[in-house]
Formats: sequence, C-alpha cells, structure tokens
Amino acid sequence: MDEAAKRNAPSREFLEKIFRTAYRIRVFETEGIKLYRQGLIRGYFHPYLGQEGIATGVCAALQEGDYIASTHRGHGHCIAWGADVKRMVAELLQKESGYCRGYGGSMHIADIARGNLGANGIVGAGTPLGVGAALAAQIRGSDAVTVTFTTDGASNNGTFLESLNLAAIWNLSFILVIENNQYAVSTPIEEATRDPDLYKRGLSIGVESHQVDGNDPLAVYHLTREAVEKCRAGKGPILIEAKTFRHMGHHVNDPGKYMPEERLAYYKARDPIDRARTALIEMSGADKADIAAIEAEIAAEFAEAVGFAKESREITPAEFREFVAAY
Amino acid sequence: MREIMYREALREAIDEEMQRNGDVFIIGEGIAERGGSYKVTEGLLAKYGPKRVRDTPIAEAGMIGVGVGAAIAGARPIVEILYVDFAMLGMDMLVNQAAKFRLMTGGDGRVPFVMRTQGGAGGGVAAQHSQSLEALFYHIPGLKVVMPSVPADAKGLLKYALRQDDPVMFLEHKHLYMTKGPVPEGEHIVEFGKADIKRPGKDVTIIAWSNMVPRALEAAAALAEEGIEAEVVDPRTLVPLDKDTILASVARTNRAVIVQEAVRRGGVASDIASIIQEEAFYDLDAPIEIVAGLNIPIPFNLELEKASVPQKDDVIRAARRALHIQPMAIAAK
Repeated sequence: MDEAAKRNAPSREFLEKIFRTAYRIRVFETEGIKLYRQGLIRGYFHPYLGQEGIATGVCAALQEGDYIASTHRGHGHCIAWGADVKRMVAELLQKESGYCRGYGGSMHIADIARGNLGANGIVGAGTPLGVGAALAAQIRGSDAVTVTFTTDGASNNGTFLESLNLAAIWNLSFILVIENNQYAVSTPIEEATRDPDLYKRGLSIGVESHQVDGNDPLAVYHLTREAVEKCRAGKGPILIEAKTFRHMGHHVNDPGKYMPEERLAYYKARDPIDRARTALIEMSGADKADIAAIEAEIAAEFAEAVGFAKESREITPAEFREFVAAY
Repeated sequence: MREIMYREALREAIDEEMQRNGDVFIIGEGIAERGGSYKVTEGLLAKYGPKRVRDTPIAEAGMIGVGVGAAIAGARPIVEILYVDFAMLGMDMLVNQAAKFRLMTGGDGRVPFVMRTQGGAGGGVAAQHSQSLEALFYHIPGLKVVMPSVPADAKGLLKYALRQDDPVMFLEHKHLYMTKGPVPEGEHIVEFGKADIKRPGKDVTIIAWSNMVPRALEAAAALAEEGIEAEVVDPRTLVPLDKDTILASVARTNRAVIVQEAVRRGGVASDIASIIQEEAFYDLDAPIEIVAGLNIPIPFNLELEKASVPQKDDVIRAARRALHIQPMAIAAK
C-alpha cells in the first residue's frame, strides 16, 4: 500500500465492501462455470476470473448517476456496479426474470436505468458508447462520470483512438480503463503491439494516463477515485491501464494452453481475492470467522439466485411476437 | 404556402426540435462554423452554441458510436455524415450496436439516434461519393430508413425522427438540397410508414423514392401526353414500409413499376416486388417492372454516370412495357 492510501486509512466497512464485491464475482464465475458444464447455461461465457480487482476497485470509486460500459467479459463489471445476482443468473438461464428477459445473455447484460450501458459482444465497441454517455452528461450539465472498461485487444481497434480523441477534445468526464490481461483471445500482447505499455497511447493524444496493478483492488480504487475527482472538476478524460492476467482461457471451453504456466503462477500468487481478503484482515482486524461468515453468505446468495432462476419462466411465444411486432 | 428549399426545410426541422427539446444536439464534420457542406446547419451554432452544435474530427466510426452512446444514455443526437459512402466506416456502430440494442436488452434500452447523410449519383463525384446504399440499412432489423423526396417531407419526417426512440437512417439526396417546394411553417410532422401519392393516376403505379420521385414525375408527365395516367407513389420511409398504400394503388392500376437509383442486385425494389407478387398477384395484369441502377460502381465520366442510373426514358419505357404497349404501337399512334 502506498503512503497516500495509508493516510486515508480505509474503514472496515469499506474494506469489507471491496472483499465482498471481489468475492461475489469469484463465486459467480466459479459456480457459473459449473452451471455451464451442466448444460444449464448455453452460448458463450467469458469468465472474469483473475481480473476481479479491476471492476471492484473502479466501481467502488463511482457513485449513483454515473455510467459504466463493459466488455464481452462483463459479469464482473455488472456485479461490481451492484447488479442483482438473481437477475444475472436468470439472464444466463434465458429466463424472463433476467436483465434482458433472456434476449441478451452473458454478452449483453445491461441495466440502463441504473447507468450500466451493458456488456458488448463486439470488442472495443464500449469505448465510443461510453464517450457518448459522457457527452450526453456534459450537454445536460450533469456531473456524471462515465467509465468504459475495455481490453488490450480492443486497444488496437480504430474506435479506441477515435473515441478517446473525441473525449479529449471535448474535455469529457470519461475514464477509459484498459484491462490489460495480455491476451487478445489467444494472441499475446507482444505479438499485437510493439509497446505493451498501453497507457502511453493516451499520453500521445494529450490524455492524462496511468498504469496500475490490476490485481490490487485498493490500488485500483485509489487511482480511480483521483481520476473521478479530476473528471468532476472538468479535467477529464483519463486513461487507466490495469495490468492483469486471466486465470483461464478466453472462454469456458478454451483451455488456454497458450498461456505460459510460470506467468499464470506469477499472477495467481497475486490473486485479487486473496489481496482483498488480506487487506480486510490486516487493516481492519477482521478475523477468520468473520471472513468465513461473509464467504458463506455470498455462496448462499448465489445458490438462492440459481434457485430463483430455475423457477423463473421463459418468455412466451405470444410475448415474443408482441415485442418484435415493432420491427 | 411559402416555398423553401429542401436544405432549408431540414434546417427548420432541426432548429424547431432543438428549440423544443434541450436533449437534441448535432455533431458532424464542418457543421458548426461552416454550416455543413450542404448548408443544412447554417446558423445553428450561433443560435444554440458550441455545446449542442459540434464539429468533429474525421472519425466516422467514433462519431457514429458516440452518437449511439449518447442516445442510449437518453440524449437525442443527430450525427451528420458527409456522404453515405463514409457511413460504411461506422457500420459496426449502426448494425451491431444501434440496431441491436433494443432487442438485446429485452426492450429496456432504446436508441433515439438520427444519422443524417446523403447519397446518390450526379455531377461526376465518382464511385466513392455517389452510392445509394439504402438496401444495406433496409436489410438490418432495428433501423428505420427514411428517404424524403420533397422539402415538406424532409421537414416533417426529420421532426418525427427526432421524437421517436429507434435509430433512424435519414438518407437525403445530394441533388435535392436546392430543390424548392411548399413547406408548412411551424409544427409539421410526417409520421413514418405513410406513403404519399405524389401524382394520382389510374393506368400504372410507379413506386419511387428520394431523387427518383422527381424523375418518375417527369416520366409521368411525358406519359400523360401519350394518354397514360401514371400514379406516382412515394413510400417516404422504406422501414417501416407502407404496404397498404402500395397494394391499394396496384389494385387500382393493375400494373407496377418500381424505380430505384441504387444498383439492382439485392435492392429494396426487389423486395417491394416480392411483396406485391405475394400479396397482390391476382391484381396484376403484367409482370412487375424494376428500373434500377446497373450492378456496377458509379463511373466518373458524366455520360457513363448517366448510363449507370435510371433516367426519365427508362421509366417511360418500363411503364409502356407494363401496359403491353410496343414501341411500334406508340410510333403508329
């Protein structure tokens, strides 16, 4: 932990919130994969395992009224933004009670009313969409900040430059968080760019840019909080590159054999859940029993969500016909 | 009624809607200080300021995407794209984002987004500045496709576009900006999905949109001299399409000619023809005629350009064929 963080010693309540969020994502993904293997979840499922520290730290620095835009690997952002896990599981199980009534699935969970512009099946698309939300906020005179979570893979897409540049010339309250997990599906970043330090791309167009250890939720939080304050003071946009690593392949059915074992071991030794747990214990005095109680509570919450989803119904053909009549 | 130009009618619509709703704003290349390449947005910067009237860098994918994002967040953006040809750079944002969002979110997400752009051949601007690409958008469920042919429709349709919640491809024609016509002052709304009969007639139905409407009207005037009364139906919006007006006209005339400037292959005309044969086959006394552009990129040479897209005489010939009138018979007449 750095000096600034020590000065602003976080409360137990806050540390517990960080741990709960990170752990909730871990449980969602771990248990979700089991449901996938059982055939209860169909389609694509891109686990956020290993990257939980980023969504957790970033969203903790935001407030109601702000916006987030997510990626194809979006469960973590959704949970960190405070989504109802029941409605998330219901969506993955194609149920009417899901966030998108079963029309969207894993890659399209959104919660527009609460400012979650959604996961996205097109890599890189969330960047212009997020800049658009920030533009709407500026035109309306709102102090909302928009965060787009994007990826190292998306940073080589044309809209990365186009939209970040628009945010820059219009001084928008926009934070672009690059989750640099070092793989675009199976292509390592070293093959995709000459300089893997992606924050430098923001600097080249006059955008304040930072790099952070994405596996450290508190470091991510502190950096994002500063960025949010600057944005609200009219000093946006800001770019944050958070270095991280996936714990498995691109999606559930990708064994990820191309990921070197020693590198995976390096990042697993810096697991964001362990770090959030350790911070809670060391900085607030929580003990093993407290931790076990939280973990049990979150596991029960997920089990309850699965029950809710299983009992929920699917959209009826009549509802489907009525909904699509407008097309 | 006073007569104003197509571009003035568009400006009036934007002006009135910006006045009416603070969420309406416009971005595009050279649209602020310069007033746009076709002078549609002249004067709006002075009236509404740089927050709501913004120039953009040359970044079509970015600016279309930013517009779509602003719309998802509840604003009402107009993104002006200089040429429909350039909209191809932003197709992901239109096809995979704007068009899909409502369904993907189960209906919660709406995209009140308007892309204004212009297409069409004429004047030797060659293959990358002359296309008619409405079929691409027509093919994508979730996009509305609007193609006004006269100033009054331009105003009424744009005002309507800015009041509804789905993404609209508002496709103008570069040769219509300077055309004049009567336009009601103030509140004048043209709802989507309502075709307009631009000239009534009993002998043959000519269905045309955008710049093919004035061409069809010229053809109808020439046909009238031969004693043929052609009815010119302008769908005004291709999505939604007013099938009822088209089918009712065909039921009266028993003959249909469809005119599109776009290339023939995979065009909207073919789809309208399929609708007519499916729903009004027994009304027809002749095969449906399609007059369309050649299946080629538009050449620069002005004579070749002219040969590539439908002309008045092509429409006249098609109408005669539909009426089983042989060229010889006309000569004898």
